[in-house]
Amino acid sequence: MADVTLTVDGKRITAPAGTLLIEACRKAGIEIPAFCYYPGLSLQAACRMCLVRIEKMPKLQTACTTPVAEGMIVATETDEIKQARKSMLELVLANHPLDCPVCDAGGECELQDMTFKYGAGGSKFIDIKNHRDEQQWSPVVFFDRPRCILCYRCVRVCNEGMDVAALGIQQRNASSVIAPNDKTELDCEQCGMCIDICPVGALTSDTYRYKTRPWEMTHIGTICTHCGDGCKTTLGLRRSEDGMQIVRGDNRDKSGLNGDFLCVKGRYAFDFSDSPERLTLPLVRQEDGHFETVSWDVAIKAVARGFREIRDTRGGSSIGVIGSTRITNEENYLLQKFARGTLGTGHIDHHRTTDYVSFIRALGGQKGRFASISDTASAPAVLLIGNDPTEQHPLLAWNLRTNVRQNRTRLYIVNHREIKLTRQAKAFVQIGSDSYAAFASFLSGGDSTAFGESATSLRDALRQEPNLVVIFGSELRGADVETLVKFGLSLPDTKFACLGDYVNSRGAADMGLYPDLLPGYVPVAASGAMQTEYGERFPAQPGMDLASMFEAAGRGQIAGMYIVGDDPVERLGIAPETLRDTFVVVQDMFLTGTAKLADVVLPTASLYEKSGTVTNTYGDLQGVKKAADRAGVRTDLELIVRIADAMGHDVRKLVPFGKGVRADMGQSRGAQSGEADRHAIWLAAHNLEPKLSPFDPNALLDEIQRVVAGYDFDRIDLLAGSSPQVQPASAELVQIAPPSSRPDSIQPSGDTLFTSGTLGHYSEKLNEVQAFQEKKALVAAD
Amino acid sequence: MSLTNISVDKKPEGTIFSPELAARFDKLVTLYPMKRSALIPMLLYAQDEIGYLSDAAIAEIAHRLQLTVLDVRNVLSYYSMLRTRPAGKFNVQVCTNISCMLRGGQELFEHCERQLGIGHKQTTPDGVFSLEEVECIGACSWAPAVQVNYDFHDNLTPETLDAILAEYRSKASQ
Repeated sequence: MADVTLTVDGKRITAPAGTLLIEACRKAGIEIPAFCYYPGLSLQAACRMCLVRIEKMPKLQTACTTPVAEGMIVATETDEIKQARKSMLELVLANHPLDCPVCDAGGECELQDMTFKYGAGGSKFIDIKNHRDEQQWSPVVFFDRPRCILCYRCVRVCNEGMDVAALGIQQRNASSVIAPNDKTELDCEQCGMCIDICPVGALTSDTYRYKTRPWEMTHIGTICTHCGDGCKTTLGLRRSEDGMQIVRGDNRDKSGLNGDFLCVKGRYAFDFSDSPERLTLPLVRQEDGHFETVSWDVAIKAVARGFREIRDTRGGSSIGVIGSTRITNEENYLLQKFARGTLGTGHIDHHRTTDYVSFIRALGGQKGRFASISDTASAPAVLLIGNDPTEQHPLLAWNLRTNVRQNRTRLYIVNHREIKLTRQAKAFVQIGSDSYAAFASFLSGGDSTAFGESATSLRDALRQEPNLVVIFGSELRGADVETLVKFGLSLPDTKFACLGDYVNSRGAADMGLYPDLLPGYVPVAASGAMQTEYGERFPAQPGMDLASMFEAAGRGQIAGMYIVGDDPVERLGIAPETLRDTFVVVQDMFLTGTAKLADVVLPTASLYEKSGTVTNTYGDLQGVKKAADRAGVRTDLELIVRIADAMGHDVRKLVPFGKGVRADMGQSRGAQSGEADRHAIWLAAHNLEPKLSPFDPNALLDEIQRVVAGYDFDRIDLLAGSSPQVQPASAELVQIAPPSSRPDSIQPSGDTLFTSGTLGHYSEKLNEVQAFQEKKALVAAD
Repeated sequence: MSLTNISVDKKPEGTIFSPELAARFDKLVTLYPMKRSALIPMLLYAQDEIGYLSDAAIAEIAHRLQLTVLDVRNVLSYYSMLRTRPAGKFNVQVCTNISCMLRGGQELFEHCERQLGIGHKQTTPDGVFSLEEVECIGACSWAPAVQVNYDFHDNLTPETLDAILAEYRSKASQ
């Protein structure tokens, strides 16, 4: 819209017509106070703090509901306005208990800040304050009515943002009270957005309530360790007896790709890191079959001795390696390099929750076709096939709802169930749970009438969409992904996203945790330079996938297994006898079903206790910052390096650290004889310094950026805290073998909003919420 | 099992209202551009028929208007004349606003408390009377005034009020 010019406090500012005065002022650096106004939510004009004087208008006006107009003359800070704000605060405080010394919000409370700035130190009210006792609405949400200032933010975010409508407002005037939807309890998604958005301490979370003071914590913004959306969560940390303890997870720092949003897992399910079941000492199985806690040196030597013996006597190909969907890119990259270069095995895999390989293959040679998570919040049209984002990708669901609400995005949904997002859908086609493949081919043409009238009109509508974002779940795999992508590519400027389940599912795939694909989805057969860099042990043939490894172990063909951050035994129901003759090393936080069968268990740090990068399912790469600390545990990165070192492998060949060490001045013979140090040249070309420590994840990130297709993003983006998108389907990509030759080894996690794979079992709060929700579901079913 | 609720409230079966009222509601929801505009009249008519707004009545009205039960409760709790608990057969509403107060409304209310043995928003054990102190009922010219259900009684004294109450009591026993 055309710009209008107005004068605020004597300063001429311009803003697009239709902009709200409060927004126009804020953009011009003039702060107008408000409690109830919240960008992106409907207008309330309840708090009266944003009152301003506009010339030629009677009385003071609310800047949050007044659109700017040409020639408007506004005053925002006069004695009259100050007095009005002071009086408003006096009213707001009339029933407020002023229990700031014990209130959770004390120190980060908007009411405190506002009172401090605008006054109302005294009060004319001498009456007894209205009081109501604190109520617990769910395992995570508490409500303290006396502190509530009735800004309605929680009600609106629950209605509009979450589309849950679990909060309402009852009674009226001074007796008004926020009310939950199920008598005295909340029947909702337990996201805690109401707590986050509350400007005061009226809504508080059970995990943080009365635990500490905001200023006693260190706040670190890092990436949530749960689903594949990769939200930023701000962890509040406090010193504890054995490290730094996480006492709070929230979204105070709105700088992440999740904006305002955070779900139940990002907010409360950090407590696994404090679980009493957490392992903090290495365990080595003794002759009599019992685990003995040992020192790190003893454990690492035991692992190195075991792996070296197997490798040197039976060959590297008798060792299997399983990576993780919850560790960093650097760790996964290092793990596969260790497997291929140090152990000399091609048997490497991870828990695949969706078919990224077919997806990348289908987009081979295409540029700019990956939809980032931010695209889902702004695209004019979105096609969602399969999955239930409300349960499995809460941020995606939030983005889609917001996009529909604010931009009238056309959302098309194809699913076998009437998922919650269908409420926002322009069109919804319900298909059979086994018809996704048929629907993909229906979309790409064919006169099939099998899906009925509505499907045909959906297809016709899609064909008219110039900027469609196609999002699909693990229901589509292999050739069907290709069919869908082909349909998308027949439209102009379509972007795609493939939904995987865990925080670094995509990263694990990109980093080459596949038996047949190297980092960047390069087929083993076309390894090229990577083979020379990884050394002579590099396996020329593709290895076995995860399930085959266990089968082979059962047949006695796999003598050693190195399992990092995964619990395949429990997940696949593998019989303990299978691993009876296998030397199993497990790196995990807990004594999982797999760890119970191990010969050596190495306790590791969680994603909240390490640094590095993770890639979400949309390809947005984000930095993970070390937040918590737990005495005893080690990062997976450190452990892999130390095991390689103890095996006698030159660590400098595994992690490119130090200066110029890899240059070959012609002393050696072989493929690399006389070659310059590629890595040093790459570093110099990118203005980067060699890293000094083999435990520095940045040293590995350097190598990842150098060798992994699509990871050539600008480092400054990452350092600045944004999320550069990786695009692994480069034009030079060698054709990946067609999916028909691959055993289908994809196993979706089946997680809901309240579960999170193995890790979820160790979050007490998540279990508590889940039990609460189950009880509610049972009551509702009666 | 999905643990997040897709539809908050279950669909009630049939109707709990009389066929006439149900038909009236069917028509009401078609009269406004937005269905929920019919909410307040529906609450009033439902209360008149049942005597109060029961959980079942609220659920049915919510369903008829495609609102959540919470939505309906948000609205009804705003209005003091909508009840969620049964009142007596005769609801005695004594005005104590300025005109009535000046002409003895407060005394009338206290007199009722003594006579009926109940206080504000209470009901006699036999369920015949309930008592309420209300704001202006628009009968200032004939203050002090009392409204019993939908009937007005004005220009009252404690004695005339006693006679009126006695009349209602005898009506109740018929």
